[in-house]
Order: sequence, then C-alpha cells, then structure tokens
Amino acid sequence: MKIVIVGGGLAGLLATIRACEKGADVDLISFVPVKRSHSVCAQGGINGAVNTKGEGDSPWNHFDDTLLGGDYLANQPPVLGMCEAAPKIIYLMDRMGVMFTRTGEGLLDFRRFGGTLVHRTAFSGSTTGQQLLYGLDEQVRRWEVEGKVKKYEEWDFLSAVVDEDGTCRGCVAQDMKTMEIRAFPSDAVIMCTGGIGAIFGRTTNSVINTGSPLSSLYQQGVYYANPEMIQVHPTSIPGDDKCRLISEGVRGDGGRLWVPKDGKPWYFMEEWYPAYGNLVSRDVASRGIYKVCRELKMGLDGKDMVYLDVTHLDPEWIEKRQHGVLEIYRKFAGEEPTKVPMKVFPAMHYTMGGMWVDYDQMTNIPGLFAAGECEYQYHGANRLGANSLISCLYGGMVAGDKVLEYGKKLKKNTADVSGKIFEAEVARQKEKADKIYQLNGTENPYKLKDILNEYMTNNVTVIRYEKTMKETDEKIQELMARYKNIGVCDTGGWSNRTAVFIRHLWNMFELSRAITGGALLRKESRGAHYMPEYPDRDDENWLKTIKAKWTPDGPEFSLEDIDLSLIKPRVRRYDVRKDEVMKEEEKEEKKEAAATAEEK
Amino acid sequence: MSEILVKIKRQDGPKSKSYWEEFKVPLKTNMNVISILMEIQKNPVNAKGQQTVPVVWDCNCLEEVCGACTMVINGVPRQACAALVKDLKQPIVLRPLTKFPVVRDLMVDRNVMFENLKKIQGWIPIDGTYDLGPGPRIAPARRDEAYPIATCMTCGCCMEACPNVNSRTTYIGPAAIAQAKLFNTHPTGAMNKEERLDAVAGDGGIVDCGNAQNCERVCPKLIPLVSIIAEMNRETVFRGFTRWLKGKPQKAAFDEPIG
Ligand SMILES: Cc1cc2nc3c(=O)[nH]c(=O)nc-3n(C[C@H](O)[C@H](O)[C@H](O)COP(=O)(O)OP(=O)(O)OC[C@H]3O[C@@H](n4cnc5c(N)ncnc54)[C@H](O)[C@@H]3O)c2cc1C
Repeated sequence: MKIVIVGGGLAGLLATIRACEKGADVDLISFVPVKRSHSVCAQGGINGAVNTKGEGDSPWNHFDDTLLGGDYLANQPPVLGMCEAAPKIIYLMDRMGVMFTRTGEGLLDFRRFGGTLVHRTAFSGSTTGQQLLYGLDEQVRRWEVEGKVKKYEEWDFLSAVVDEDGTCRGCVAQDMKTMEIRAFPSDAVIMCTGGIGAIFGRTTNSVINTGSPLSSLYQQGVYYANPEMIQVHPTSIPGDDKCRLISEGVRGDGGRLWVPKDGKPWYFMEEWYPAYGNLVSRDVASRGIYKVCRELKMGLDGKDMVYLDVTHLDPEWIEKRQHGVLEIYRKFAGEEPTKVPMKVFPAMHYTMGGMWVDYDQMTNIPGLFAAGECEYQYHGANRLGANSLISCLYGGMVAGDKVLEYGKKLKKNTADVSGKIFEAEVARQKEKADKIYQLNGTENPYKLKDILNEYMTNNVTVIRYEKTMKETDEKIQELMARYKNIGVCDTGGWSNRTAVFIRHLWNMFELSRAITGGALLRKESRGAHYMPEYPDRDDENWLKTIKAKWTPDGPEFSLEDIDLSLIKPRVRRYDVRKDEVMKEEEKEEKKEAAATAEEK
Repeated sequence: MSEILVKIKRQDGPKSKSYWEEFKVPLKTNMNVISILMEIQKNPVNAKGQQTVPVVWDCNCLEEVCGACTMVINGVPRQACAALVKDLKQPIVLRPLTKFPVVRDLMVDRNVMFENLKKIQGWIPIDGTYDLGPGPRIAPARRDEAYPIATCMTCGCCMEACPNVNSRTTYIGPAAIAQAKLFNTHPTGAMNKEERLDAVAGDGGIVDCGNAQNCERVCPKLIPLVSIIAEMNRETVFRGFTRWLKGKPQKAAFDEPIG
C-alpha cells in the first residue's frame, strides 16, 4: 500500500514509522527538512502517568485532568485512549535513545506541569521536543535507507486529490526549488502539518506555521472543528520577530509569578489559586496576567509585563533542568535569569481546534487522515501543558495503524483510478499559481499579514468582545479584497518564496474568518474562549463542537454533540483541589437525591 | 543611529553569478538579523532606492533549535535568529554558507549532512514500536555526557568552519562523527558500535580531520567536538588494531549503501 504523509513533526514521523512497520510505502512531504520541524521548539516535556513518585497517579487521573483542563469540550473515548497509551509511548521514545533527564537510579525523571497536582511530565532538560523529534527522525532515516520512505523536503502541500466518489486518492504539492507542481497518487493521505501561529504574527510558533494545508483542505470540504479555541501561553519574552516561550516547566520546577505591590512581591496566582498556584491551566494563568497588567494596571513599569522568578532556586539545579530555556532568556533578553527575575507576557501558542476527525483519525473525506496539532481531537477548549507532544505521538500512531486497515478495506486501489483526476487537480493548482504570478498591484503581501496579525492578536485571543471581533471579521474581508491588488514583487521561476507566501496568506485569511466566526458564535466562556459579555460556561447550549464548513461566502457553522460517555462534567476550579470539588459535588448530588426522594 | 546598513551577498540560482546588494533598514529595539530580513520583505528597496526582490533565506523556529537560519554573519557562521543587531558591527555583512550549494541568496542545500547521518548509522536499532517496556537504565552522569551531542541541530556551522570540508574531499565532518559517538554511548546503540566505528574510520571519515579545532569554536550548542573527535579517533585506531590482529580485511565504508 502506498500512502502519503504530509508533515514530519512528531505526528508525521511516528505515523511514518508505524505505517512502514506494517508494510506500507510512504512518500513523506514536508515544507522544511523534517528535522527542522516546529516540534523542535517544545521545551518542557511530555505527559504520561507513569507514577514513579508515589503520588498514586494513573492514566485515569491524567484523563480526568485533561478533560477538566479542556473544559469538557473533547470527546472522551479518544482522550482516554491517549492517556492509557502515554506511559508506553514514553517508554518507546526512551528505547529509541531519547536522552531523557534521569533520576539517581537511572530511571526517567518527571516534573510538574500546569493543571495537575502530580509529577507526570517526562523531559529532556528543556529541549524535549527537539530530542523526541530527533529520535523519530533517526528511525525514519533507517526506513529511508531500507527504501520504504521517500522524502520530499521543501515541498509545499497544495491540495488533496479527491475522486468522483469523494474519496481521497493522494495530493498535489509544489517543489519550492524548481516550482514544479505535481501529483502524489496514494491509497490514503495523513496530514500532520501542525499549528497556525503565523495568523497571529509574533507568537511562540515557528514562522512556517501558517496553517496553509489545513486551510486548503477546509476549502476542499474538510470540517474545521472548534476553530475559536486558541491557546495563549502565559509566559513568553516578546521580541521584534517572535515571542520566545519560557516553558511552563519553569513554574513546574518552582518558578513563581509576581509583580511588586506596596514594595513587596505579590504572588498573585498563588493568592488567587491556592491549590494550583502558578500551575493553573494556561487560559487561567494568561487571564490572570492580563488582569494584573490591563485591569489592575500593575504590570512592571506600567507595561504589559510580569516577573517569572527562579532566583530563589539553586542555580546549579535549575540550570541543569532548564538550561535551554535559561539560555534563550540570556541570549534574547540579555539578563541573567538566575540573578534577576525574568520579564514575561502571554503570547499566542497553540491551536486546540483543527481538522475534524473521527476516532480513527479520519476526516470527513474518506482516505484523508489527520494527526497532531492540525486536528482537533484531544484538548477540547484548552490544552494542558505537555499534553501536545503526547497527543501528536498518539494521534500519529493511531493514524499510521488505521490507515492500513482502511487500505485493506478499499474496494478500488488508487493504482486502478483514472489518471485524469490527478491531471485535473494539477491543472487547477497550476492555474491558481499562475494567478499569483500575475498579481501586479501595489499592496505588499507581508504588510497585509502584519495587519491581519494585529487584529487577530488584539481581538481574538485572551479577552474577546463581540464588537471588536465583528470589526476583525470585517477587516479580514477588507484584506481579502486588498489581496487582489498585491504586487508579487518576485516573478522568478526558481525558489520563489514570495509566491509561496502569497498562497499561504490567502489561506490564512480563510482560517481567520473561521476562527473569528466561531468565536462570535460561541456565546459563553469555556477554556481559552473568554467573552466578558458571556462570562460563564453554558453546558446546556454550548457543550458542543463547532464545525466550520467553507463556502465562497464565508464559513457556515454547525454544532455536534460531545461524547460524554465516561465522565460527567464538573465545575472547573483551580483554587481548590479537584478531590475536594468532587466531594462537594457528591454531597450536593446526595442532597438533591434525598430531596427528590422525600418529594415522592 | 536610526538606520542599519546591511550588505547581502545574493545569487538568483545555483548556477547564477553572485552579486552584492546593500539595504538600509530602520532600527527598532530588540532586532535580530531575521527582523532585518523581514523588514526587507516588507519594503524590497535597496540602499540606492531601487525596487528589488525580497531576499530568500531559510528559517523556522527563531530560537536557535532548528538550525535552519544558519548563514555567515560578519564573517562568522551562526544562526541569524540569535544574532542581535545591537551586538553586531555595521555594516552587517550577510553571506550564504560556502560549504554547501547555494539554492538562492542566503539559502543553501545542506542535504549532505543528513546523508552523512545515514553513513554512520545514526539511529538506535530498536526491534519495533510495539510495547516492549522501558529502555535501558542510564546513569545520570552518562546521560549528561551524551545529551549535549544530542542537541546538534545539523546547522552546518562546524562544516563551514572546518578547513578540511571542501570540494576536494568527501569528509563527513565533525557533526556526523559526534553523532556516531552519541549512538555508541547509548546501551542499545553500543550493540553495533563496531559498525559505526568502521564507518567513521572509512573513506571521508575521521582520518580527514586535520585537527584545526575550528568546529568547536563555532558550535552554537557548545558541543565539545574536539575531545569527541579525539576519542573517536582513539577508538577507531584501537578497533583497527584488533581487527588487524584478527586478520579481518577492513570494509570500505562509504562507497556502498549501509542498510
Ligand atoms: C515554543 C513551544 C514550546 C512547546 N512546548 C511544548 C511542550 O513542552 N510540551 C508539549 O506537549 N507541547 C509543547 N508545544 C506544542 C508542540 O510543540 C506542538 O503542538 C507539536 O510539536 C506539533 O507537532 P506536529 O507533529 O503536529 O507538527 P509540527 O512539528 O509543527 O510539524 C509540522 C510539519 O508539517 C510540515 N508542513 C507545514 N506546512 C506545510 C505545507 N504547507 N506543506 C508541506 N508540509 C508542511 C512541516 O514541514 C512540518 O514537518 C510547544 C509549542 C511551542 C510553540
């Protein structure tokens, strides 16, 4: 069986290995050499309830924390599947030679992360993503030598090839050196193309994360699920080109957030959330920092900035565990973080939403699968720290397995499909590419992106008002009109990155409309989606997945019920321990039951 | 100072002639070389006031972990994201790496580095991805020794600085040799340590190292390349010696694919 995998981050590489192991031949297409994929950025770690610290942790507890962290917006069975597989996946990565940080006994060490009260996060210093990615990259290289994988690096994904029956039969991509556009016929395609940070501009994401493949497929009919669920990470160092992350693991290792108040440090998160303190879920922490800086106007020097302090920790110990992060701070902020508290502010970080997939990781187009950050399945309305890497690996693994089951059941192989559908899709894409070369107006595409970034970051991140989001949606449409007046400024037929960028720019606009539209639709506050006009969670009306369907006139939305078959949603509180919340709720339930019994 | 002067060596394609172009870019706080190039994208006009095409370069993470944006900045091979304008002498001179074929402008093709990782069998030969329990225990001290090597981002700085990496040799360079050491350090990887040593001892291998020691000086991850290469050298010599004692002929390493 021949499959195409697009993207070689954690999800794409593990999917590749799994599919090869089961006998498939893989064409691996990637915008950057896979070893330079965005997954290298991940710092803090990967979650799995291995329970090595005598805390009674379990996959079920991990599952429960994940659902609570996501404000119950995730379908429950796949999340449980992920949490049950997590310890095994961490061991697998260990066997691949990932240099995890060790305990004195030579075992894997675990640290704390947000939204949980136990040590559940395996890590490799503070370059966990890099180490995991390299471990997989090495295994894929082995399969490459075996002849089972062929890599197409520095190719841009353009579209899926879909036959008359609506089944995916491969994809079309462009070589970014020669600018050749060609089809990759296959029995199935797995999309593993990561996040969409570029829409928000200066974020913690890598610059290539434009979400262009997600957008192309959305425009081809794939549902974009929960587009409004955008995570803003509480702690980053703002820069002119990007915001550099200071991992949550720093707080997991004892870092504290504060601003001066009456001449003394005020540890605001610890005061507001005594149970979880600095390790509340990210949406809560980001809103906390916004409150301090914007509402209370207590940011450092009146600016959008708070302290993240590790100066009270043993410098040698923290250096060993957080060297990568501390080095980033030293280099880019020019100060010594073990001596002077770091200055940080929230930045857009992650997208919980993505391609709608079923429990086999298949989208609504048969034969088209998705795994990793580009799909929506595991994190609901907010992702817990260190849960992404595990969801990418788990999703990649499931997709790699399921794609072969799908292939076996396929009535007609792609080899028997008429070549015409490929020619037609290539022709359609060539025509689109030619149109870009013909743009000879006066607008600069990079400047248009700046405007988009500004609107999206200001209006569709931590605090969302109806009025400004409506303005944003109008602005995006205005930018879409101005797009037609772009001057391409590079008409070369070799390695023309401007032309590629212009294609991605349009795709970013399409996604932005779905994000803003979804946020306007969801009239409640849940997880990362916070609207002051609707400050409460509304399970009755909005415990639903929002699905965006592309139309030429803008996104069309529908709602889908959540699979709540395993756990009943609780109130989401981080000021008290969750066992106490559970006890309280149990008491309430008993009281109610007694009352109804009495009535009868 | 409100403007930065940048000189960029440009080249339209692999076979085209290179040329220099100067730009004046408005200075802002916290700028790095990447933000200069981004400014040029937004306003592709050179210092003479002529309209030009945006400069092409490689970048991705912008936090010095992906290795993509390596170029020669004021004569030193390094990552553009970590090159802060406030620390650079002006005019800032940007050139593509010289040890790799230019794709366009500052973008080069470093695929040879990935190919070299195939030659040294840069992987742990696991049986499969099924659930086989945890990996071998590793002493923290041993892990701490291996970890820096594992942070190598295949950026090419060491190749650029090494006088023995050039068009006349097939030298695989410091990065690949260090990776061989990484896998040999791991308890499972050590099971085929000899094959890696043979690869490192073969044509284009460690014998091509001239001990100039430039590699370590430019490594952005501060990997102790000099001592790693010295150690690998000792091990390959020892391995050659024991082979010779056993009377086995040494296999040429790189002219056949290793599978
Ligand atoms: C700074 C930072 C730190 C993080 N730390 C953590 C952490 O500690 N723990 C955690 O769990 N999560 C963390 N995350 C999140 C996590 O890193 C990502 O969600 C995860 O790595 C995404 O992996 P992926 O496989 O889905 O995609 P990626 O690693 O983003 O890979 C995407 C792949 O798709 C390819 N691609 C993209 N566009 C195209 C296109 N147009 N055509 C062809 N190919 C394309 C790329 O080349 C790449 O190979 C962090 C994120 C950031 C930004």
